[in-house]
Amino acid sequence: MMTITLADLIPLQPLLLVTLTVVIVMSAIAARRNYLGAYLVTAAGLLVAAFTAFYMMLPSADYQVTPLLIVDSYSLFFTGLICATAACICVFSYSYFSDLDDQKEEYFLLLAIATIGSIVLVSSNHFVSMVIGIETLSMSLYGMVAYSVQSDQSAKNSLEAAVKYLILSAAASGFLLFGMALIYAQTGTLEFSSIINGPVTSGLGEGFSVTALLLLFAGLAFKLSLAPFHMWTPDVYEGSPLPATIYLATIGKVATFVVLLRLIINGEVLSLEPVTQAISVVAMISIMVGNLLALRQENLKRILAYSSIAHMGYLLIALIASIDSGGTISVEAITVYLVAYVVMTLGAFGIASNLSTSRAELDNIEDYRGLFWRKPLLATIFTGMLLSLAGIPLTVGFIGKFYVFLSGVESQLWGLIVILIIGSGIGLYYYLRIVYRMVLTQKESMDPDITASSGDFGSQVVLVIAFCLLLFLGVYPTLLASLVESISLYVL
Amino acid sequence: MILIWLISILFIGGLIAWASESYDKNYPRLVALITVVLDFVLMFMLLQTEPTSAGWISSFEAEWIPRFGISLYFALDGLSLLLLLLTGFLGVVAIGSAWDEIKVQPGFFYFNLLWTLAGVVGVFTALDLFLFFFFWEVMLIPMYFIIAIWGHENKSYAAMKFFIFTQVTGMLMLVSILVLAYAHYTQFGVYSFKYEDLISVNVSSSLQFWVMLGFFIAFTTKLPSVPFHSWLPDAHSQAPTAGSVILAGILLKTGAYGLIRFTIPLFPEASASFAPVAMALASISILYCAKVAFAQTDIKRLIAYTSVSHMGFVTLGVYAWNEQALQGAVMTMLAHGLSAAALFMLAGGLQHRIHTRNMSDMGGLWVRVPRMAVVALFFSVAALGMPGLGNFIGEFLALLGAFQANILFTVIAAFGLIFASVYSLWVIQRVFHGEFSSEHYDDSRLTDLSRREMVYFGMMMGGLIWMGMYPQPFLDLSQPVLAQLLNSTELVISNLVSTQ
Repeated sequence: MMTITLADLIPLQPLLLVTLTVVIVMSAIAARRNYLGAYLVTAAGLLVAAFTAFYMMLPSADYQVTPLLIVDSYSLFFTGLICATAACICVFSYSYFSDLDDQKEEYFLLLAIATIGSIVLVSSNHFVSMVIGIETLSMSLYGMVAYSVQSDQSAKNSLEAAVKYLILSAAASGFLLFGMALIYAQTGTLEFSSIINGPVTSGLGEGFSVTALLLLFAGLAFKLSLAPFHMWTPDVYEGSPLPATIYLATIGKVATFVVLLRLIINGEVLSLEPVTQAISVVAMISIMVGNLLALRQENLKRILAYSSIAHMGYLLIALIASIDSGGTISVEAITVYLVAYVVMTLGAFGIASNLSTSRAELDNIEDYRGLFWRKPLLATIFTGMLLSLAGIPLTVGFIGKFYVFLSGVESQLWGLIVILIIGSGIGLYYYLRIVYRMVLTQKESMDPDITASSGDFGSQVVLVIAFCLLLFLGVYPTLLASLVESISLYVL
Repeated sequence: MILIWLISILFIGGLIAWASESYDKNYPRLVALITVVLDFVLMFMLLQTEPTSAGWISSFEAEWIPRFGISLYFALDGLSLLLLLLTGFLGVVAIGSAWDEIKVQPGFFYFNLLWTLAGVVGVFTALDLFLFFFFWEVMLIPMYFIIAIWGHENKSYAAMKFFIFTQVTGMLMLVSILVLAYAHYTQFGVYSFKYEDLISVNVSSSLQFWVMLGFFIAFTTKLPSVPFHSWLPDAHSQAPTAGSVILAGILLKTGAYGLIRFTIPLFPEASASFAPVAMALASISILYCAKVAFAQTDIKRLIAYTSVSHMGFVTLGVYAWNEQALQGAVMTMLAHGLSAAALFMLAGGLQHRIHTRNMSDMGGLWVRVPRMAVVALFFSVAALGMPGLGNFIGEFLALLGAFQANILFTVIAAFGLIFASVYSLWVIQRVFHGEFSSEHYDDSRLTDLSRREMVYFGMMMGGLIWMGMYPQPFLDLSQPVLAQLLNSTELVISNLVSTQ
């Protein structure tokens, strides 16, 4: 019988802070609706949680709170990253939804609850907490994706996107749960670390474990939109209101990838060769499918959706590299790449969000024609984000790619490296296409609404911070590298 | 420390040039000119410095990413200094050629120009391979913008092609660098990207070939050499004049520099066995591109193909890997930098005046623009290798050295000299001789070279004559470096032979 003491709750401070924020915002909405108030309280709560997490992370932390949650420096780092990102998304959301003709306050509630789910996910090393985390995150995301559905001039196809996401996500959860059930049948526990090394019930062999793990991986691959489980991604990205897309693309991916990382490393899953091969194939398909399908898209959200498929493929290469690297390099590569991915995805979508409102979204790349001469600051930031996504030096995206290449070289994954080079080469084309649009001269016939829209100050501040971070980490990655080196030890 | 200044002056100057546009449209070009001249003066000061015992005229080292043993390690020797001087000189010339041509967004233009130059200076001085790769990529992005924004009718395609070719092959080089660094880690327990450390790393001979190939492809794409040359004619014909000057004059030389500094010293064994293939590719480049140049009607494409052809002599000289051939390769790099840049400026000047690059529309221009015709004749005969001018010294030495290494390919490549005279004189004949007719274009703005233009061309002519008549100072500067490189690889190769 286990009892939870007060001391156990102290490591959970960030989680509790976000929960407290939810309770406050909910009670406040019940008492009196105030859009600005809900926004400020949520953003402040998330920021405080982020700082608390970063503060607790240093110099080191390692607590197992009940068998369900592990709060170590690694999970605290991602808790901080997720809370900070969520606060940034709050800023984008505030201006985006400000002229929505519907109740707006509950949006922040959903956003904060989704963040709770993400925090649970990154702190999980147990199947139960993993399911709780994933479902909390997904349930809130359904609401966020469909948030502007009642509005007349909402983002296109918001309902379609929400239903698609709901059904496919539920199917993916089914895979996950079935996989977990199979593993439980074999080992009798639900901890990650006992998947391979746990007690094996006689009669159930390796094939049983492989099936279970492949089902688990398929479920997570749905959430990570890895090909061939990626079909929902472009439609949902396109149909959601932009801030919800950002949430899905950044926090949704990062939290799921961290739990996948813990599952693979703690469970020593890669010692089963069929699983490794399956993951390699998924990585290859994702890189090729993501990059190739992005080539001919005209919609910015769809381009970034396909590009995120490819980026998840790059991350899988680093994950596979953990198979026989002696050091922590592949965990470091994943961590650095996830940080880079969050910064650049947040920035790229943030530009679009900053220029859009819930009534008029700028999601066609033709809308960005001449942006360089119209709004030099935003265009410069956007260019930086796109070049970072393409992995060009001076940006953090290059540092991420450098780590992935290095981990691939260490484990001698030559085939995957070749695919990575080809994929990045194709990727240059569609990123540069957007950059090229921006430097063209503006057409006379362009809609004055599009050219005149100017984003609000708050989100521009966030964008400038993201841009500075992009350049700083790209030019001087030393601090990030040493931090990541120390926290990565906790995963192994 | 002075090396850091060389680079940061250009970076900072670029930012100031961009910012100064909001005060006056004419400020950016002034800021850019001052910046580059300042840099050029600093480079000249380096000429006075005596090299240390290790051969470095100046060096700088500081930690950057200690996790992987990556440092800000810059060092300069005679070879780098020669190329830096070329960079500074052509930087001034490029700004001169853009002076009146760039009217749209001048601030951003000069920002890109200066940042490209900063990347090039970084490439010529960086001796940490990660840092080298960093600058290798940094010079691409501004060049992309120069072509994509200020280019001609098909600029989108040309800029994209340029970027994808160089970036993808650059990634091959990155993988090769990482393999070397990891090999250092497995042998010595720490990562290092330092040039001296990586030279001493042993890579298994089967892997060595592939790693060498990564470097080779990246450098020969930039050089360019057949079969990776197809981006160059497009990039050149679409780029604005200043872009072509930088591209032909300096950027192509970074590829040759990479071959001399990195590919062969890092992989002497694999390179020695690969040399016949590389020399064959060089000969094919020389002959094939000379032939293709002859078939062009677009004057800029023609010059672009002749560039590929002339750079073939550089590859040939480098892979012959003896002192004469290397001296020849370096001289060809310098002389071709001047002559190709001048020819592109002439072509760009013509396009600016009559808005066409099509040679079949031209003819008889000698009557209207005599000064320009004389200048064009000078640089054409320089390019075809007339004795007394720099290109002759370079190509002659390269062939002389290559003859000792591989007779067959040298004989084949020597035919390139004949082809070069054919297409060079053919251009002069089609553009400047014959009957003057302006039915295909508007000749109202067809004026002869201005005094400012004459100054630039005069400077470049002077440089070529100097190199042709008295090349000794140039040879003296690069000789110790090349001798040392030859020495180090000879040791490795003979060691290998003796252990086997």
